[in-house]
Amino acid sequence: MFPPLQDLYRIAPELVLCAFGMLVMLIDPFVPATRKRSMGWLAFAGTLVALASLRWAALNQGSAYSGLFRVDMFSLFVHAIVIGVSALAILGSFDYLDRENIQRGEYYALILFATAGMGILAGSTELITAFVGLEMSSISTYILVGFRRTVLKSNESSLKYFLLGSFATAFFLYGIALTYGATRSTRFDVVNQAIAAHGAGPLLILGLGLIFVGLGFKVVAAPFQIYTPDVYEGAPTPVTAILACGPKAAAFAVMLRIFYSAFGSASHVWFWAIWVSAILTMCIGNFAALVQTNVKRLLAYSSIAHAGYILVAFAAASEIGVAAVLFYLAAYAAMTLGAFLIVAHVGGTNEQRLNIEDYAGLGTKHPWIAACFALFLFSLLGLPATGGFLGKLYAFQSALDQRIVWLVVIAAVNSVIGAYYYLKVVVAMYFHESNKEWAPMPMRAPMFVVLLLTAIATIYFGVLPNRLMELAIASARSLR
Amino acid sequence: MADHNYLLTVITFFPLMGTFTLLLLSGDDHVWIRRFTLFASVIEFIMSLFLLRGFSLADGGYQFEEFYAWIPSLHIHYHMGVDGISLFLILLTTFLTPLAILCSWNSIHEHVKEFFAMLLVLEMGMVGVFCALDLFLFFVFWEVMLIPMYFLIGIWGHGRKVYAALKFILYTMLGSILMLVGILWLFHLSGVAGNPTFDLPTIVSMLHNGQISLPWHSEILLFLAFILAFAIKVPVFPLHTWLPDAHTEAPTAGSVILAGVLLKMGTYGMLRFCLPLFPEASHRAAPMIAVLAIIGIIYAALVAMVQTNLKRLVAYTSVSHLGFVVLGIFVFNPTAMEGAIYQMLNHGVSTGMLFLVCGMIYDRRHTYEFSELGGLAKSMPVLCAFFLFACLSSLALPLLNGFIGEFMILIGTFEHHEAWAIWAATGAILSAVYLLWAYQRTALEKITVAKNENLPDATPRERLILITASVVIVFMGVASPLFTHRMDATTHALLQQVGNPASYTARHVAPQAAQPMQHDLALRSVTLERRAQP
Repeated sequence: MFPPLQDLYRIAPELVLCAFGMLVMLIDPFVPATRKRSMGWLAFAGTLVALASLRWAALNQGSAYSGLFRVDMFSLFVHAIVIGVSALAILGSFDYLDRENIQRGEYYALILFATAGMGILAGSTELITAFVGLEMSSISTYILVGFRRTVLKSNESSLKYFLLGSFATAFFLYGIALTYGATRSTRFDVVNQAIAAHGAGPLLILGLGLIFVGLGFKVVAAPFQIYTPDVYEGAPTPVTAILACGPKAAAFAVMLRIFYSAFGSASHVWFWAIWVSAILTMCIGNFAALVQTNVKRLLAYSSIAHAGYILVAFAAASEIGVAAVLFYLAAYAAMTLGAFLIVAHVGGTNEQRLNIEDYAGLGTKHPWIAACFALFLFSLLGLPATGGFLGKLYAFQSALDQRIVWLVVIAAVNSVIGAYYYLKVVVAMYFHESNKEWAPMPMRAPMFVVLLLTAIATIYFGVLPNRLMELAIASARSLR
Repeated sequence: MADHNYLLTVITFFPLMGTFTLLLLSGDDHVWIRRFTLFASVIEFIMSLFLLRGFSLADGGYQFEEFYAWIPSLHIHYHMGVDGISLFLILLTTFLTPLAILCSWNSIHEHVKEFFAMLLVLEMGMVGVFCALDLFLFFVFWEVMLIPMYFLIGIWGHGRKVYAALKFILYTMLGSILMLVGILWLFHLSGVAGNPTFDLPTIVSMLHNGQISLPWHSEILLFLAFILAFAIKVPVFPLHTWLPDAHTEAPTAGSVILAGVLLKMGTYGMLRFCLPLFPEASHRAAPMIAVLAIIGIIYAALVAMVQTNLKRLVAYTSVSHLGFVVLGIFVFNPTAMEGAIYQMLNHGVSTGMLFLVCGMIYDRRHTYEFSELGGLAKSMPVLCAFFLFACLSSLALPLLNGFIGEFMILIGTFEHHEAWAIWAATGAILSAVYLLWAYQRTALEKITVAKNENLPDATPRERLILITASVVIVFMGVASPLFTHRMDATTHALLQQVGNPASYTARHVAPQAAQPMQHDLALRSVTLERRAQP
């Protein structure tokens, strides 16, 4: 047996995040209301330390706590994504919280706790641990979504998210129970052995189905995506940015682990479910986005569509497929985070500028913001030389490699449909003249850094993706 | 493979460097922005002329090749190279860009810096498309090029510019995304064969020596995926509806580039990808495509005739003339194919010049409607003389460039399919009708609108543009061997790869006999070659 100390090293990122989260909560009461921003910096420092501690965890790879948790390349990769997303989102929240008058310490603490939950989710190799991670990230995000307490919409979306989310987690729990009933274990490797030995009985398939419901809700796969636009619209925009990237990445990670490691030998059972869900997700996301007039809602639907593209790679059920999912998640996180933070920035006080026509003339009045937004939109659209394109290409390639041709064709056609609504925003920014006065939008250093980093990442992943791809492949290899 | 020759990389990315430098200039300094862009594009043209010097006539393969690993995990390479087909298309691109810049000298007033930056980015994309020999690299350039064009139409266009820009980009994307699936499928097949690659020459040779076995139904699907993208770009008859809108609403420089270069990418793609990758499917689809091309020639000519808008008329002539090119490609005859390549260049220069003249008229009258024009020759004799010259070149008057191309295509077609040649030839007659009639309605007739009486004639800048284009038109009309000789080797190599339709029919009937057929195929191509060379 390993000494427990080494197990602690393995969950170092989570420990750091939780410690900083509690530190923020403890210090917060003693900080005067005008200086709450310092709590944000503290939380940001926490994410940086957590990122650094990944290195520590990386030196101690292996299973921890008798197979409940595992540090491997795969979990490190996903950790890097979720912690990076939170770090950047914290930086991007400063101005927003000031404008909305909700600059509070607990906001940052909750982000840290949620991130820790996502980290646990990414590293878990056992169903109950996964459940703990899921709950930890979910409950924190329920509160974050409703953080604009005086705004009706925010309350509405928080309640919706909470009710439906709890419902979904209940399904997940039920699925765990059934799986346990069928295999007498909740550990992925034992479940896998049991399936290999006895095959997948109806109880197990039902259990897997229920687990898919719970996780499908988190990754916004159809038909469990209904809540997305409402919740994304009502939540404070930086929180939406986190929701669209972090929990999605973590949930996809645990889904990969469950489906590939635990239920890998039953892939014929879940393949068609994923196949159908991928098509539904892409089509619903893209077609619904076509008619949106609110940019935030539009991006919410776009995030549904992107979950569909990721599911295409997921359906490949191969090593390249896993690598494609991971690469996509990283590229997607960069561009989506950037896009939502620009929406937060342009939105202004009380998020008053959210409609597409409000973006008219942005190209002339604020050329750099518009250029960044255009870059993110083109990347979401899947234009070459951006991360989004490489992600899509890799996903399609992994699926074609397994001869899943029609799914890829449908995905390809979908991405053209998607082009229409992304371009609609670009049209507004560049081709239409503004009929309203543009108030100056001073950009402070943190926001600037975030946009710069996400934009550079988006181009870097598109032009020189090899490093990231190799990492993704190495991570995929470590999954088995 | 790479003999440390960086010329193609330099030519491709020099405009991008120009763009970055341009962004450093102050946005209000319009004079220097224009001068700098012109300077950069002229340097680019001069550099591209070095390609001519180093180009070997005898080599039918790729020259100036560059080959580096780009994304090793996906087996993507940076592979550039030119042959007799792409050589002149690159020159055409670098030649038309300075003209496009010159013609927008005074007609662009808003966002001047961005406009010229877009033109340079566009140039990079176009040259890249013609150089790329890796399917992935090609696709990147192919798609990247759409964005500057989209902005050129959408921001600096006129009329229903947003609609036209959106239609242009969505149409093209629909085609190209299916091509992407096709590319990925080819990649998958090469992986199954044990050598995963996106490299075009490698895939072509793997297909030809049987390492990749392509069942008939997947070959036809793949062929469709590629041809659809190219047919939209050309555009071939039922897919042409984006073109009149895009051309008409685009600013002059945009129309020149669009007609001059972008449309050629479709026909270039057919030559570069469809024929060598899917020879059998190409042969089988040839009658259908040729018939569509002929319908396009005649239909577009008839539609052009009844246009009331000068620029729209010129736009329809493109559909008609590109029909000839497509026809020339799909009769698989060396004469016709060379004619098709030559006609691509001719059309670029002639239609480019027509659009330039249109733009100059628009700068003065701010309309393209025939009802507003008429009698312009009285006030602008010089401009109208050049207009007539461009019309004559476009309608294929002997001694001018258009004649050579159309003649070669028709001769080549006639050897195999008399009926096709006869039907296509009616298009040549119709082109005389609509172009001369357009000239008559614009330059001759009585002046009906008072504004037309006192219009300034061509300025020195405009004369420079028009004289340059005219010189090239005459030169190409009288010195065509200088061009076609450089295409010979490539055309023959290509036709040898594609083979003869008869051998495919035989192969299909008796698949066991495929091996000896390969011999037969080569032999037939050789005889074809002999016949072509008197």
